[in-house]
Amino acid sequence: MSILLDARDIGKRFGGVEALSAISLTIEHGEIYGLIGPNGAGKTTFFNVLTGVYRADSGGFSFDGAPLNVSAPHQVAVAGIARTFQNIRLFANMSALENVMVGRHVRTHAGIFGAILRGAGTRAEERAIHERARALLDYVGLAARGNEIAHSLPYGDQRRLEIARALATDPKLLALDEPAAGMNATETATLRQLLERIRTDGTTLLLIEHDMKLVMGLCDRIAVLDYGRKIAEGAPAAVRKDAAVIEAYLGGELA
Amino acid sequence: MTFTDKLKTNPTALWSGVVLIACALIALPFALAMAGTTWVRVTNLAILFTLLALGLNIVVGFAGLLDLGYIAFYGVGAYVYALLASPQFNLHLPFWVILPIGALAACVFGVLLGAPTLKLRGDYLAIVTLGFGEIVRIFFNNLSQPVNITNGPQGISRIDPFTIGSFSFSQNEVLLGLNFSGPIKYYYLLLLVLIAVIVINLRLEDSRIGRAWQAIREDEVAAQAMGINTTRIKLLAFAMGASFGGVAGGMFAAMQGFISPESFVLVESVMVLSMVVLGGMGNIWGVIVGALLLSFVPELLRHTVDPLQRSLFGRLIVEPEVVRMLLFGLALMLMMLFRPAGLWPSKVRQRELADE
Repeated sequence: MSILLDARDIGKRFGGVEALSAISLTIEHGEIYGLIGPNGAGKTTFFNVLTGVYRADSGGFSFDGAPLNVSAPHQVAVAGIARTFQNIRLFANMSALENVMVGRHVRTHAGIFGAILRGAGTRAEERAIHERARALLDYVGLAARGNEIAHSLPYGDQRRLEIARALATDPKLLALDEPAAGMNATETATLRQLLERIRTDGTTLLLIEHDMKLVMGLCDRIAVLDYGRKIAEGAPAAVRKDAAVIEAYLGGELA
Repeated sequence: MTFTDKLKTNPTALWSGVVLIACALIALPFALAMAGTTWVRVTNLAILFTLLALGLNIVVGFAGLLDLGYIAFYGVGAYVYALLASPQFNLHLPFWVILPIGALAACVFGVLLGAPTLKLRGDYLAIVTLGFGEIVRIFFNNLSQPVNITNGPQGISRIDPFTIGSFSFSQNEVLLGLNFSGPIKYYYLLLLVLIAVIVINLRLEDSRIGRAWQAIREDEVAAQAMGINTTRIKLLAFAMGASFGGVAGGMFAAMQGFISPESFVLVESVMVLSMVVLGGMGNIWGVIVGALLLSFVPELLRHTVDPLQRSLFGRLIVEPEVVRMLLFGLALMLMMLFRPAGLWPSKVRQRELADE
């Protein structure tokens, strides 16, 4: 397998707090990569640096064989990294279908004049956007809910809608920030099936998650962060037995 | 089933409705002319302000950016027209050349204002745009020295009317026994422009760009994560809105034949914004209703308040202008209380306000 994302010595400080110090990790094509760690370990900060919300103080990424030079968050999606948010950020007052259609923005081209003149090209593009959005809703199991307003959907459906919207950008890497947070067991099981299917269909996944059962069962490899450092990396079975990981989660032994 | 759904399933009713409205709009200026040519002029100004409100609706309604200096773009369009078609520089270019130049100039000003300020949000953006509007007006006022460009507070007069060959929009003409006065000709021209602007608005709203505007309004961070270049898309809204303002300004200059900085004061910006808000931000039909209401009601008051008081009390107690401001303030307050999303709101805006 070849490397899709290569993070080299990523560092990020907030004032005196070293949120990330020299994090290096590689994600390979077609794998599900988990990022775990106790609260405040720097998982979301890493996510935000990767997706251009924050700028790294040191280090850099290379993505799909080219350096990832990002000066604005939207360029990350252009490069092929899509994300979801820890606290769901849908376009709350738009319909489910419209949410996914917005996701197609980055792979379509009609501009002001296209919109005003509405020539054959623009009409064909609009049709394609519609069809693709419908197909994606169907893919995540929301086919019947396309016309419903996003914020009126049940919680689990909102999570899945966010994934559909992210998939609409044709990502090579789909980064999910705690997708199972607040889900019940049934919803988590459905989510797991969906994520496995996304991987089978060729999209690499980066997953931040607190649900250990989900992470251990789903991920091919896991990195563990604690106080902004990577303390372990490897297959779930190995990470589970790692002494540093156990200490980070359960505390050190009493002397 | 809503009214519009019913119309969609019944094309005969829809088309007969369209034909009826078209006939009414075509006949309207002649009916108005019977009451006096003033009323045709009032209608023309109302349509002009509807154009402005529809332009501002792109910025405020679609993209959700509060712009309190919108009238500046109207002013830029008007001054471009006035300078290129008046004795001021002895230039007399035809209008179909100047109007696009005016739209382009306003568009450039829109980008000039937008580029440095679009990182600001809400109130801060409003303050900056308010300042911009004032700066542009003050420029018009003072650009008579050292080189006389705008003729200062005296304004520019004897501006050319629209002409196509020997056909002038300022002359009377009798055709088929009907008297086509200047204002009536302008009325038809304005009506055509209005229809074009409505079509453009409707198409923009339901397009890739329109969805991006809405997404930015809903959640800018999520919009960026979806790959939307928010700065560029917001600039597009500013540029589009400004261009509409520029075209309306050019038509205003030609219709009036005279412009001065006084036509582009802050109150005018507030008025256009009120039209958008009162009618229903983001809903094209609501904005049109708002613009027509705020244009016609003051004129009606002007013609009723004075005679009414004289017949009731024998003398004038309250000036029509005072009554106008009183009613305007009252209307805005009542609206905020009972219909905060506007008289005819867009469905999305209504949901947004219901959430808060």
